[in-house]
Amino acid sequence: MAVKDRIKPIVRELNERIKDFNEVSLGYTWELAVEEAKRCLQCKIPTCVQGCPVGIDIPGFIKEIVQGNFQNSYKILKKYNSLPAVCGRVCPQEIQCEGSCILNKTGKPIAIGLLERFVADWASENAIEEKITIEKTTNKKVAVIGAGPAGLTNASELAKYGFKVDIYEAFSEPGGVLIYGIPEFRLPKSIVKREVDFLKKLGVNITLDIPVGYAIEPEELIEKYDAIFIGVGAGTPKFMNIAGTELNGVYSANEFLTRINLMKAFKFPEYDTPVKIGKKVVVIGGGNTAMDAARSAFRLGAEVTIVYRRSEKEMPARKAEIHHSKEEGIKFQLLTQPIEYVGDENGKLKAIKCVKMKLGEPDTGGRRRPLPIENSEFFIEADIAIEAIGTNSNKLLLSKFKGLELNKWGYIKTDEFGQTSIPKVFAGGDIVTGSATVILAMGAGKKAAKKMKEFLET
Amino acid sequence: MLNQIVEKKKLAYGVHLFWIENPIISQKAKPGQFVIFRVHEHGERIPLTISGTDKDKFRVIVRAVGKSTYELCKLSKGEYIKDVVGPLGTPSEIKKYGKVLIIGGGVGIAAIAPIAKELIKQGNKVDVILGARSKEYIILENEFKEATNIFIVTDDGSKGEKAFPHQLMEKLLQKNKYDVAWAIGPALMMKSCSEIAKKYNLKIFVSLNSIMVDGTGMCGGCRVRIKDELKYTCVDGPEFDGRDVNWKSFLTRLSQYREEEKIAFENYLKKVGEPTWL
Ligand SMILES: Cc1cc2nc3c(=O)[nH]c(=O)nc-3n(C[C@H](O)[C@H](O)[C@H](O)COP(=O)(O)OP(=O)(O)OC[C@H]3O[C@@H](n4cnc5c(N)ncnc54)[C@H](O)[C@@H]3O)c2cc1C
Ligand SMILES: Cc1cc2nc3c(=O)[nH]c(=O)nc-3n(C[C@H](O)[C@H](O)[C@H](O)COP(=O)(O)OP(=O)(O)OC[C@H]3O[C@@H](n4cnc5c(N)ncnc54)[C@H](O)[C@@H]3O)c2cc1C
Ligand code: SF4
Ligand code: SF4
Ligand code: FES
Ligand SMILES: [Mg+2]
Repeated sequence: MAVKDRIKPIVRELNERIKDFNEVSLGYTWELAVEEAKRCLQCKIPTCVQGCPVGIDIPGFIKEIVQGNFQNSYKILKKYNSLPAVCGRVCPQEIQCEGSCILNKTGKPIAIGLLERFVADWASENAIEEKITIEKTTNKKVAVIGAGPAGLTNASELAKYGFKVDIYEAFSEPGGVLIYGIPEFRLPKSIVKREVDFLKKLGVNITLDIPVGYAIEPEELIEKYDAIFIGVGAGTPKFMNIAGTELNGVYSANEFLTRINLMKAFKFPEYDTPVKIGKKVVVIGGGNTAMDAARSAFRLGAEVTIVYRRSEKEMPARKAEIHHSKEEGIKFQLLTQPIEYVGDENGKLKAIKCVKMKLGEPDTGGRRRPLPIENSEFFIEADIAIEAIGTNSNKLLLSKFKGLELNKWGYIKTDEFGQTSIPKVFAGGDIVTGSATVILAMGAGKKAAKKMKEFLET
Repeated sequence: MLNQIVEKKKLAYGVHLFWIENPIISQKAKPGQFVIFRVHEHGERIPLTISGTDKDKFRVIVRAVGKSTYELCKLSKGEYIKDVVGPLGTPSEIKKYGKVLIIGGGVGIAAIAPIAKELIKQGNKVDVILGARSKEYIILENEFKEATNIFIVTDDGSKGEKAFPHQLMEKLLQKNKYDVAWAIGPALMMKSCSEIAKKYNLKIFVSLNSIMVDGTGMCGGCRVRIKDELKYTCVDGPEFDGRDVNWKSFLTRLSQYREEEKIAFENYLKKVGEPTWL
């Protein structure tokens, strides 16, 4: 029997969406969702579940959609994942749940992410609230440092277990990368706000504008609380550190995106924070961050080129983002490595000297190593360059946290449940793994919460 | 109440002193550290040096130079700052050096006041140079009473000697030996003082006023080249040895948003009219 095609989501018209920061994909209507859900084979041994880092009962929640029981479906999702509206949108499904779907071989895996998103959005539109059952209130207190997906999930789990939770966040808004990194057109901020409001209903206290390590010392937290969870993210941007990195017009993706997303520079001068848009923008890198920076710059009116040193196949970004970027008109300059920024007499970027690359033998990670081609230097004209080549661990907190063991890359060392070298202190998310994904950060927050419960009850 | 302006005073035209209630910051702040304000919901994040603390409040002294600082200076006692983050940055390296020369220019005097105080407390002999455009802008003079010597210079000669701070600095270095120096003020002043310090082989701390966003090491926008390394002013600094700073690129980066700043400022003035409160 031929496998039916995947049901396509509603996506806003190209001409319309590239002019604003509103969400690009509008997802499924309920008719479309039911139709897509019907394609699921309800496998006895669902391989899809193995691909999901939090092991959602995927056939279970899809079955409820087929039967029109969206509320039940939502209940199932929420049991495994406290942020389904977020994960349905930003998970790299093609290498996780959908990549493991039995139908993936046919190129038509079930659109699990879109279905998950549909159910979560339906629940929010219909004001369906998860019934909160707080296990039993105790007087034990937990401090969570950082309000990204790891910290928020950890806090929500612990609050449901009945602990008193205080979150401390350095920024003026909770959400971590969901707020300052991932743009509105991919993840509307109202969704993050909804989840944060839910946390508050659970009684979680969020204190903003607190850089822990500076405003509060770790020792104070250790003394005041019964346990601590660190979810401060990876956070500090890397630069290639080629000549000209200080030129005006050279940004890290973190800075460019923070100005736009958190500080709303795309609405300058209605909002006070400026951002340089430029005429010709070059984004360096091939991950989600690169795509987000490129598509943001494009929406602000620039001509945008992504420069990546390997080929498209090796790009770590989600396939959907690469597809949307190309469709929107972003150019790809592959197998190319910048080697120098060239400035004008006023210290402004005017061009990037690059070298062409070819792919050599696979490295230890299995990706083919890019090698420079001799005498292939050339220049790309650019007034803005945005480096999106990854992050290092942010030392803001770690440098002040005495006795906390780090691994050789500078991230926090933990056991598989998130316990650090200080028994009272747990950690999870990017600050343990290095830059990873929202769902992994959430999974780590959840796992640690379980272990923290054990710890607090003994 | 948190982040309330509990005291405000105009020190000179466009230079305003604020005491802000925030016990966390006032109890933790050390000389050399700064805060970041966001004045209102639509505001940008602006760094300001903590110029003193007293129980539950801390002091900042602001010079109005553009939209955000004009808006801040317009606020009155009793009003609130939307967001106040801090203390941020690495504190000044204060210890017993022996003889220290401290130079404060303009609103930079606000930054050196707590540093001088602490150095004196630690048993250093401290000579101070206060410099400004004209006599009105020599602020906080009575906070340096315990200094060994205090010298005043103005650009127009309306108070003290008619000279630039680095010129007096050189004169003093010709006669005296210092173990370390601090110079905080306009970028060009810090640059000139650093050049003199280099000539006399003197370690000199300057406090860089790089353009910042988060102030937590997360964006890299505040990067400067120190010798051959890229450093983040907000976490590695703001104080660096002025002899190691790549001043050319530092100064260039300060002008990154000139055009946008002008637009914001002009729009603002159109809206509020004559800034009579300055
Ligand atoms: C532009 C971009 C796009 C991405 N796209 C995707 C995607 O499509 N799909 C996907 O799955 N993943 C994506 N990721 C990765 C994903 O966002 C991260 O893996 C995830 O957010 C990590 O969560 P976290 O909770 O560990 O840290 P973060 O989200 O980084 O949150 C950490 C929080 O801690 C706060 N903090 C830091 N230090 C302190 C301190 N000392 N005191 C108090 N608070 C502190 C920070 O301000 C921040 O709010 C993307 C990342 C970026 C940057
Ligand atoms: C660590 C540090 C401590 C400082 N301490 C003080 C202080 O105690 N008192 C004081 O009056 N000023 C201080 N400043 C400078 C102050 O932050 C700027 O004057 C202010 O941000 C200007 O904002 P504006 O909108 O009023 O002016 P704009 O017209 O926007 O800018 C005027 C100039 O200020 C600089 N500037 C603009 N935006 C920023 C920003 N986000 N961060 C840093 N600099 C910026 C630029 O060089 C710009 O050309 C400090 C800066 C730093 C980095
Ligand atoms: S959480 Fe992510 S990986 Fe798991 S089912 Fe949902 S979209 Fe797939
Ligand atoms: S593997 Fe695919 S078809 Fe099978 S249950 Fe999972 S989603 Fe449905
Ligand atoms: S201000 Fe962002 S890293 Fe320093
Ligand atoms: Mg400004």
